[in-house]
Amino acid sequence: MNKHFGENHVLRDIDLDIHTGEVVVLLGASGSGKSTLCRCVNRLETVDSGLISLAGVPLPDEGGELARLRARVGMVFQSFNLFGHLSVLDNITLAPTRVRGLSRHEAAERARQLLDRVGLADKADARPVQLSGGQQQRVAIARALAMDPQVLLFDEPTSALDPETVGEVLDVMAGLAADGMTMLVVTHEMGFARRVADRVVFLDEGRVRETATPDEFFDAPRTERAREFLSKVLSH
Amino acid sequence: MFTHVDAIAGQLGRGLLLTLAMTALAFTGAVAVGLVVAVLRICPVAPLRAFGAGYVTVFRNIPLLVLLVLFVFGLPDLGLLYPLFATVSTAMALYWAAFVCEVVRSGVRAVPRGQAEAARALGLGFGQCLRHVILPQAVRPMVQPLGSIFIGCALSTSLAAAVGVAELTGQAEFLTLRYDQPLTSFALTTVVYVALTLTSGLVAGRVERKVAVVR
Ligand SMILES: Nc1ncnc2c1ncn2[C@@H]1O[C@H](COP(=O)(O)OP(=O)(O)OP(=O)(O)O)[C@@H](O)[C@H]1O
Ligand SMILES: [Mg+2]
Repeated sequence: MNKHFGENHVLRDIDLDIHTGEVVVLLGASGSGKSTLCRCVNRLETVDSGLISLAGVPLPDEGGELARLRARVGMVFQSFNLFGHLSVLDNITLAPTRVRGLSRHEAAERARQLLDRVGLADKADARPVQLSGGQQQRVAIARALAMDPQVLLFDEPTSALDPETVGEVLDVMAGLAADGMTMLVVTHEMGFARRVADRVVFLDEGRVRETATPDEFFDAPRTERAREFLSKVLSH
Repeated sequence: MFTHVDAIAGQLGRGLLLTLAMTALAFTGAVAVGLVVAVLRICPVAPLRAFGAGYVTVFRNIPLLVLLVLFVFGLPDLGLLYPLFATVSTAMALYWAAFVCEVVRSGVRAVPRGQAEAARALGLGFGQCLRHVILPQAVRPMVQPLGSIFIGCALSTSLAAAVGVAELTGQAEFLTLRYDQPLTSFALTTVVYVALTLTSGLVAGRVERKVAVVR
């Protein structure tokens, strides 16, 4: 696919397959188009040309059919974006009840299981403001999981967190990966990328510059741009 | 004049009832229509957005008195005959709806963008996103401006006197003609208007505290 913001050609001939159960980590310098790529995948951003398909079904540009398919593509944002007026439980049950037609009871039961899975079983009735950043992000992951997504997108899920809470979110994500969730993750956590990714995709000025296993990419990057990038992010 | 206290009180009372009824109708109508127009103005369908924008431009830029005259004398010319009170209330509702629309829009804009994106990413459609995520959080910043619109709406009902509705101001004019005491009758009316607007200011304050969303 290709994407412009005005004159700015942000995504250039991106051609990417993510296989079921695969964890792909998207790396690249600031402004290289990582967020835009993530947002295009579930059509939060329109693309100028190209096709995005989910399990072989192309996502339409807009309308009810898009909403239906998009429900199966979960997204976790850097800024959590929990619904401020709803309790933690209602944040998680809103989409399952309204979009998938689950009863309140079914949805709440499933929500409690998910909260348990992300280690927040006791926070069901809390408001988002009452939670730490790491807790909010774990609720956001539970909220995305509640729709039984076929793939989860993460756009720098730990960048807005205090260093001491980063680990708790990464642990949840590593757990999902181990359970076979298909994931596309933008992150600056190189340790996580190395440990959890099946494949690293290096984005540079809107192009996929390099695709490799984490070991190949971190130990022996093939391109000059990737070496520069790694020397910057690994030096501090 | 004092011998007529009962009669005067009765007339002002009837005027007040009409004023209250007209305010209630016009404001309720304005909120309903204004909400719909605001939804049109932010919906993904371009022609509907254009219609919403056109509506606001038209109704916000015609003086209310002119609008009342057009409705009261223009509609019958087109063969549309409605009772005077209903005609005037409708014109006012449509006029104030343009202002309500802009308040709703700015309230919606005050909700962080990420809220709508999270809702869309979860598969909620435009209407569901608006109803369950955006509007509940847009209400609080809307309360005070809506209170101002209510006051503007209540006071603007006095223009109805100019097209022949015997509401509060109409009654004041009538009493002026009858007893030749313009200052007294308008002073009395003013007291009633001020009581009405002060009350609505208090109500708006209470409502605002009630709908506070903790962030
Ligand atoms: N809404 C927008 N309007 C215009 N330009 C945009 C918009 N969003 C992003 N851009 C531009 O697109 C390019 C890619 O941005 P993007 O946010 O995808 O980068 P990124 O790789 O996620 O960077 P970072 O690591 O800083 O988050 C940048 O040049 C940015 O300025
Ligand atoms: Mg980004």
